[in-house]
Amino acid sequence: MSKMHLDPQRTIERVNATLGRRYRKEQRFRRFGLGAVALGLLFVALMFLNIIGTGYSAFQQTRVLLDINYSEEMIDPEGTRDPAILSSANYAGVIKQALRDRFPGVTSRGDKRELYTLVSSGAALILRQQVMENPGLIGTRASVWVPADDDIDMLVKGHIDRAVPESERRVKDQMVAWVESLEVEGRVAKVFNTTFLTSGDSREPELAGIGGAVMGSLYTLIVTLLLSFPIGVATAVYLEEFAPRNRWTDLVEVNINNLAAVPSIVFGLLGLAVFINFFGLPRSAPLVGGMVLTLMTLPTIIIASRAALKAVPPSIREAALGVGASRMQTVFHHVLPLAMPGMLTGTIIGMAQALGESAPLLMIGMVAFIVDIPGGALDPSTVLPVQIFLWADSPERGFVEKTSAAIMVLLGFLILMNVLAVILRKRFERRW
Amino acid sequence: MNNNRIILAAALAAAAAGTANAASRDYISVVGSSTVYPFATVVAENFGKTTAFKTPKIESTGSGGGLKLFCAGVGVEHPDITNASRRIKSSEVENCAKNGVNEIVEVKIGYDGIVLANSKAAEPMKLSRRDVFLALAKQVPNTQGGGELVDNPYKTWKEVNPALPAIEIEVLGPPPTSGTRDAFVELAMEGGCKTFDFIKAMKKQDKKSYKRVCHTVREDGAFIEAGENDNLIVQKLEANPKALGIFGFSFLDQNADKVQGSLVDGVEPTFEAIADGSYPVSRPLYFYVKKAHVGKIPGISEYLAEFTSDKAWGDEGYLVDKGMIPMPNQERNQFAADVKNLNPLRLN
Repeated sequence: MSKMHLDPQRTIERVNATLGRRYRKEQRFRRFGLGAVALGLLFVALMFLNIIGTGYSAFQQTRVLLDINYSEEMIDPEGTRDPAILSSANYAGVIKQALRDRFPGVTSRGDKRELYTLVSSGAALILRQQVMENPGLIGTRASVWVPADDDIDMLVKGHIDRAVPESERRVKDQMVAWVESLEVEGRVAKVFNTTFLTSGDSREPELAGIGGAVMGSLYTLIVTLLLSFPIGVATAVYLEEFAPRNRWTDLVEVNINNLAAVPSIVFGLLGLAVFINFFGLPRSAPLVGGMVLTLMTLPTIIIASRAALKAVPPSIREAALGVGASRMQTVFHHVLPLAMPGMLTGTIIGMAQALGESAPLLMIGMVAFIVDIPGGALDPSTVLPVQIFLWADSPERGFVEKTSAAIMVLLGFLILMNVLAVILRKRFERRW
Repeated sequence: MNNNRIILAAALAAAAAGTANAASRDYISVVGSSTVYPFATVVAENFGKTTAFKTPKIESTGSGGGLKLFCAGVGVEHPDITNASRRIKSSEVENCAKNGVNEIVEVKIGYDGIVLANSKAAEPMKLSRRDVFLALAKQVPNTQGGGELVDNPYKTWKEVNPALPAIEIEVLGPPPTSGTRDAFVELAMEGGCKTFDFIKAMKKQDKKSYKRVCHTVREDGAFIEAGENDNLIVQKLEANPKALGIFGFSFLDQNADKVQGSLVDGVEPTFEAIADGSYPVSRPLYFYVKKAHVGKIPGISEYLAEFTSDKAWGDEGYLVDKGMIPMPNQERNQFAADVKNLNPLRLN
C-alpha cells in the first residue's frame, strides 16, 4: 500500500523520463507498418507493370496486305463450285502465288521457302473461309489483310533486334528487307488482335487464342457453381439451423474447417481416383474439373454461409416461430433471404479461387493441347491458368507476350468477380 | 434430406454422363512426354485443320506417366497414343500385356539434342563429356588416381580442366522428373564417367554402384534445379553470363540471339551435327500406338499418315521448323513402312 502514497511530483518525473522513449517506439512501429504496406503495394505494382509491359503488345497483331488472285484454275479448275472441292482447294498455293507476284525477283528455291514464311499458315484458312462464304470471289482479284508469321510479328513489334548479326536472329536479312519494303508501301499494319480473344490454342503464336480456355473455364465454373452452391448452402443451413449439438456435428465442423486448408493438388488426386478411375468419367472434361473444384470450394462456401446465417439475429427466428411458423418456414421464409447476400459473397470468392486454380486439374488431364473450342461440359478442354502454364513453356518467342496477355485476361476476370462480391456486400448486406 | 437428394441427383447425373461417354469417343487421345509435346501438337493441329476429323487431344504427362496411362487397358477411356522421349522398357511392355494391351506399334520420329548453353555475353565453352562428369557428379575419382571416389571438390571449371576458364561451376538444369534430365545424365555424364577405366570395370561387377556413381548429380549448389520450364532457364542465363544451362535443342534454336551452345567433345550443337550423330548428347524420340484402337477410334491411321508424311517429318517438313532433328532417309522410310503395316513392336 505504501506505493500508493508516492510523491506526485516524483511520479510525473518517472512518467516523463520514459515518455519520449514510448512515443518513439510507437512512431517506429507505425513506420514499420507503413513500410510493410508500401512494400506490398510496390510488389503488386511491379507485378502489374511487368505483366502489362510484356503482355499489352499481344492484343495487337501484325497483318500484311496481299493482292490475292482468286484464280479459277487454282481453286476450282473444273468450275463445279462443289463445296467439297472448294473446301480442299490449294489456298496455300494462292497465297504463295500472291507473294511471288509481289516479289518477282525471288527465284531460287531456298529464297522462295523463306519468302513463304512471311505470312502465317493461317492466311490460307482465311481465304478458304472467304471463298466458302462467297464462291462468287473465284476469278476476281482483291487485296486482303492476312496475319503475318510470328517471327515477322515479333520483328515489327520490335522484339527482334534488327541490329544484331544475321546469324543470331531467326529473321534473316533478306526477310527484313522484304518486310521493310512492304512497310514503305503501307502494306504492314498492326490491328487489334481478335484472333487472340476468339480462337482456340495453336502451336503458331499468331493463330493461338484464349477462346477455348475461356469457354473451358466457363463450363468448369458452371459445373462448380451448380454443385457447390446448393450443397454448400444446404450443409450450412442444416448444421446451423437443424443439427443437434453433439460430438458428431462437432466432428463434422472440425473436418470442414480442416478441408479448407487441404492443398488443392490432393483434391486432384481424389478426383482422379474417384471420378475418373472409379466412375469412369472422361479425362480432360470440364465436368470432372468442376466436380474436383467443387470439393475444393465447398469448405469456403460452407464457412461463409454459416457465418452469414449466424449474423441473422435470433429475434427474427423467435418472431417467426412466435407467430406459428414451422422451423422450415422460419428458415426458408426469413433466415435464408436475410443471409443470402453473405452466402453469395462467399460463393463468388470461392468461384474466383476455383477460376485461378490449376494444380488439381493437372491430375485429371486438363493440361492438354486442345485446339477445338469446347461445346459442352463433356468435351475435352483446358482452363485459363492451365493455358498460361502451357504457353509459358513453349519455345516460340511469340508466346512470351501471349502468356502475359493471358495472365492479364485472367486477372481481369478475377478482379471483376471480386468487385461483384464487394458490390453485393455493400448493397444488400444488412446490419442489426 | 434436401442435401441428400441433391447429392444423389449429382451422383446419378455423373454416372449417366459416364456411361454416355464410355460408349464412344470421336477424337484421338494422346498422352506422354513433354519433349515430344511441341512436335506432336503441331502434327495434331495440322491434322485437325486439313482433315474432317477432330483435332486430337494431347496431354503432357511425361514419358513414364504417359506409358502408365497407355498401358492401363484397351477401351475408349484409355489413351490411343503415348509420346516418349526414351524407348519403352521391357517392364512397361509386360505391364501393358498384363492389362490386355498386346500389340503396340512403335514409331521413332526423329532426334532431339540436349545442349549445354551459356549467355552470348560470355565466351562459348569447349567441354568434353569427361569435364561435364567431373564438374557435375556427386562423387568423382580423386586426383591422385588409384580408383578412389571422393566428394566432388571442384569449384571452378579451371580446376576440372586447366584449358577451361576460371569461373565458378554453376549449371541450371531440369529436375529428376524430367526426361531431359534422364537423357542428359545417361548420355553426357555416363559418357564422361565411362572414360575412367576403373569405373567402367565396375559396370560388369556391380551395376548398381556403377549407376550410382555415374548418374548422381552433385547436391552442393553447383547444379541448380531450375524446374521444367526451359524458357526460365534461358532468362536466367541471360541475367547471369557465368552460368550454364541444360535444355533441348529447340530452345537453343529459338533463342540463338541470347544464348549459345557449348561444344561437347569438340562438336558444336548444330542441326547438322545432331542429325548425323556426331554431336554426342542427342536422343531419339518415339511415340507408341495401341493397335487395338486403330479402326475403333476415328482418324488414327490418318493421324499416323500425317505424322509420317514428308511434309511433317521430312528434311524440310514443318517439324524441322519447330526444332526436331529428322532421321536419315532410309530409317525414315523403314519406320513409315512399319507404321503403314502396323507392325507390332518387338523388343530384342
